[in-house]
Amino acid sequence: MPSTANLALRVEGLRKHYGDVRAVDGVDIAVPPGECFGLLGPNGAGKTTTIEVCEGLLTPDAGIVELLGLRWDHDEHELRERLGIQLQETQLAEKLTVEETVRLFRSFYAKGRPVDDVIRVVQLDEKRDARVGKLSGGQKQRLALACAIVGDPDLIFLDEPTTGLDPQSRRQLWDLITDFKRLGRTIILTTHYMDEAEILCDRVAIVDHGKVIALGTPLQLIASLGAEHVVKFAVVQGSPTLDEATLGSLDGVRVARAVAGEYELQVGALHQTVPALLAFLASRQLELAQLTTHSATLEDVFVSLTGRQLRDE
Amino acid sequence: MSEQRGNNPLLQLVLVRFREYLREPEALFWSFGFPILLAIGLGIAFRSKPPDVAHVAVVSGSAKSGPYLEALKRDRGLAVEELPADSARVALRTGRVAVVLTPNADGGVAYEYDDTRPDARTAKLLANDALQRGEGRQDVVGASDRFVREAGSRYIDFVVPGLLGMTIMGGGIWGLGFSIVDQRRKRLLKRLVATPMSRAQYLASYVVSRFVLLTIEAVVLIGASVLLFKIPMRSSWLSIAAIVVISALAFGGLGLLIAARSQTIEGVSGLMNLCMLPMWVLSGVFFSSENFPRAVQPFIKALPLTATNDALRASMLRGVPFAALWPQLGVLALWMIICFGIALKIFRWR
Repeated sequence: MPSTANLALRVEGLRKHYGDVRAVDGVDIAVPPGECFGLLGPNGAGKTTTIEVCEGLLTPDAGIVELLGLRWDHDEHELRERLGIQLQETQLAEKLTVEETVRLFRSFYAKGRPVDDVIRVVQLDEKRDARVGKLSGGQKQRLALACAIVGDPDLIFLDEPTTGLDPQSRRQLWDLITDFKRLGRTIILTTHYMDEAEILCDRVAIVDHGKVIALGTPLQLIASLGAEHVVKFAVVQGSPTLDEATLGSLDGVRVARAVAGEYELQVGALHQTVPALLAFLASRQLELAQLTTHSATLEDVFVSLTGRQLRDE
Repeated sequence: MSEQRGNNPLLQLVLVRFREYLREPEALFWSFGFPILLAIGLGIAFRSKPPDVAHVAVVSGSAKSGPYLEALKRDRGLAVEELPADSARVALRTGRVAVVLTPNADGGVAYEYDDTRPDARTAKLLANDALQRGEGRQDVVGASDRFVREAGSRYIDFVVPGLLGMTIMGGGIWGLGFSIVDQRRKRLLKRLVATPMSRAQYLASYVVSRFVLLTIEAVVLIGASVLLFKIPMRSSWLSIAAIVVISALAFGGLGLLIAARSQTIEGVSGLMNLCMLPMWVLSGVFFSSENFPRAVQPFIKALPLTATNDALRASMLRGVPFAALWPQLGVLALWMIICFGIALKIFRWR
């Protein structure tokens, strides 16, 4: 970890309350330059509040926020010049065209990238004369990204950049963000998609109830489960409830838990556990309603830390 | 457009204002079409025309009915018809005639009319006059008429400055209010504040665009009125322009204040109506504010639209010099300073 002086983002003891609600309850983050850092958590975890305090759009109740060695209270103008920001749910002016919108944002920055380049980078060349109101969701998000990078920022904040987009548009945005990473710029993003965090982020902070509950590279976090695979199954309705301890004693199972009427086993090797599970169910004369397996993900890390799913839908 | 030339933030913000405005056809209609259509409609309704003829019915069936009818018909200002008593009453009730004249058995006459209607009273006086003269009355004092129908004293002359005032008010309040609150609602304002954009330039873009649009609106409205209705312009264009500019600043400040906190279009619409409705009624747009009781006159005079309308009328119709309009201009300047002062203090940028 580099010394605090040349961190791109340093947050210490950050707190922000809304009445009785502790939206951010003591968050510490340190992001070195060039890193893509993700805040991963469910809706309402405090990600957006944290990022908006960092962006200077909200005033914290307590704590230190330092960006590029600068602070909001002295260096607001310089920070605004050097940050690129994409807010959640901003609707850009619908009656302007793509080019007019990017040109407007470019005009605010003393230094920046040429408007044409930025439009090309976000692949909106063909839409440059289209009204913003006529763009698809993915195109609007790419335009928002264009507005965030047109000032050629050293540090860029992306709040839920792909929420609500179809898989193809999400992939397209991921490519753009990956390209931006290659330029060596620092990126802070929030998301509630574990796959997004795994693909884009060098390091991830898992946030829940206003606190960072786990921090590390996606691989480190997944490895912390001590299990490479997850087996999920359900038995037909009306069957007796299975005991977590009994399931935990099956061959190769590290942790077993019941989540929302399903059972979830974190296992080391599928070829040991699955036959053992099937034999166990047969011995109890229980019928499987479903059985799925997958490699362990950040979602499983979140479930293992909180007992809840990342996405509540 | 070269990268350098197109890179001035104030220019870009002003361009945004114009683009958003011009790409909204309804806005164009409300600022240009509506005032002109209104002026034309009112001009037709209240156009100068020959004096109205008064309709009088003479009840038939009496020996005097015939001679009285002849006497009344000699007056060109009267339209007279002979009707049976019950038809005459129906005609009176439905307003087809203003007065019913019934010859009495004793040789006198009885008039039936609604004494609360000025036109009915006029008709009665005209009818009586014609009748008495027909029967041989001589006037004691010789009298002659000279008709004066001068530009400047017609209803259309009264209403055009009022419409101009209303346009200035609507432009300032609607032009700023909806646009700013819409941007706040869509979180575009917050996004703009997250850039190095100067907040002063953001607000200045509204001032600049409103002035350009207002200039066009005022020229179109005044031009159309002068051409179509021969509205008099008894002061210099410069002093009329100065009144328009000061009014626009006062209403711009009011618009900014109304838009300073609202986060929904519904909220800001309510505030706008709350501000504008009393002024449409009280400030003398369509009828003189002198009609309201003396006790509320100081309040009415303190309203910005009253000040604008009074100043415009005095200047356009009576040629009152600019310096003599200081009470109205003072009211407007005060509104401007207070509204801008409070608005900038409480403005919600996020």
